[in-house]
Amino acid sequence: MSAFRNSLQAAIPALRRYARALTRDAEIADDLVQDTLVRALRSEHLFHEGDVRSWLYTILTNLNRNRLRTLARRPTLAPIEEGDAAGMTGPEAGARDIERALSALVEDQRAALLLVVLEGLSYREVAEVQGVPIGTVMSRLARARAQLRAYLDGERPPLRRIK
Amino acid sequence: MVHRDAPILEAELHAYVDGELPADRRAAVRTWLTSHADDAARVAAWQAQADLINARYAGVAQEPVPPRLDVDRLSRVDRRWSLLAVAAVVAAFVLGGVAGWFGRETWAGGMSGMRVFTTDAIDAHKLYVVEVRHPVEVAGTEQAHLVQWLSKRLGYDVRAPDLGPIGLKLIGGRLLPGASGAGAALLMYEGPSGERFTIYCARSGAPETALRYQVAGSVAAFYWVDDNKGYVVSGPADRDRLLKVAQSVYDQETAPSDKNRG
Repeated sequence: MSAFRNSLQAAIPALRRYARALTRDAEIADDLVQDTLVRALRSEHLFHEGDVRSWLYTILTNLNRNRLRTLARRPTLAPIEEGDAAGMTGPEAGARDIERALSALVEDQRAALLLVVLEGLSYREVAEVQGVPIGTVMSRLARARAQLRAYLDGERPPLRRIK
Repeated sequence: MVHRDAPILEAELHAYVDGELPADRRAAVRTWLTSHADDAARVAAWQAQADLINARYAGVAQEPVPPRLDVDRLSRVDRRWSLLAVAAVVAAFVLGGVAGWFGRETWAGGMSGMRVFTTDAIDAHKLYVVEVRHPVEVAGTEQAHLVQWLSKRLGYDVRAPDLGPIGLKLIGGRLLPGASGAGAALLMYEGPSGERFTIYCARSGAPETALRYQVAGSVAAFYWVDDNKGYVVSGPADRDRLLKVAQSVYDQETAPSDKNRG
C-alpha cells in the first residue's frame, strides 16, 4: 500500500469520529467517510504535500454541507420527539443533551466547534478547512459556545418544529 | 507597557480554553479569571461542553473500522468504475446507431442526458450480472433494509417490485454513482434458469416517456421516465420476455398505491 493510502487508512478513525458528531447518525456518518475516501483516492494526483488529515476534514466538511443543502431542498423527514429524555439521568441524559444541543447549531458553527474541541485542530487549520479567515472561525466558535451554554443551562430555545 | 488589568477580550478566553495563547498571555488570563467570576464561569462552561462532546464521541475512534471503509477495497472499486467510464465512452461510439435512433425522438435537452443514463444502466447491468460471488451489496433476503438504505441515500422512495408472479426472485441491490453524480439504485432479479434482470433507477430531468426499447448486443433494455426518475430494465435480448418484466416493473413503480413499498 502506498504512503498516501496508508495515511488515508490511518485517518479513518478520526474521520469517523468527526462525521459521527457532525451528523449524529452512524450510517450517514460512515457514508460521508466513504465518499470522502473515494474523492481523496480520485484526487491523489492533486495532493502533493501538506497534511492529509486536514485535507480529508476539508472534503468531509464540504460533502456534509452539500448533503444538508440537498436535504434543505425537500421536506425534512426527521421528527423531533419531545420529552423522551425526561426519565433519563446521568451520563446517558448528558449524551442525549449534547447531541440535541449540537443539532441546534448552525452547520458552520458546529463544524468549527467540533474541529477544535473534538479533533484538536488549531484555529489556523480550521480556517483552512472551512476556507474562511481565522476571525470568522473565532466568531463561529464564540457563537456555538454561547448557544450550547444557553441550551445546556436549560433556557432551551424552542426547537424548530418540523412537520 | 501593558497594564496588568487591561481587560481580557472574549477572543482571548476562547484561545485560552483551546490552548492557542502564548505562555505570557495564558498567565494573564489565569490571573484575570481569579477576579472575574462571570468570565471564569464562561470558561468553565466551555470546558464542560468540550468534556461532554468528547465523552459522547471520542469513543467512535476506538471502534473497529467497518470493512466498507477499507482504503484498498475502495480504490479497487473505484478503479473498476474508471475502467467502466472508458468502456462507456467506447460504448457511446458503438451505440452510434442508438444515438441516431434517439435523434428521431426530438428530445431537445433530454437526449444526450438520457443516452448517458441508459448507457450507464446497461454497463452496470453487464458488469454485475456476471458476478457470481458479489452481484449485489445488500442481499434480497434483507429487502426491507435494502430499500430503506437506497431510499435514504438517494433521497426518494426506492421500491423493489415483486416480480415473483413472472418467475423472478430479488437477489438484492447496490448503490451506484449516477450519471449526474446523484447516485443510482441497481436492483437485480434472477429467473429460474439463472438469467438475470436489473432495474436501474436514478433521478432524471428528461421529459416523461412511455416504455422505450433499446438493444445493445446480447443485452436489451426498456426504459422510461416518470416523476423525475428514470428507469432502465435490462436483461437478455428477448424482447417479449423483457417487455413482460418491464411492464410489471412499470405498473408497480407508477402505481399510486403504497402496497409495494418496502
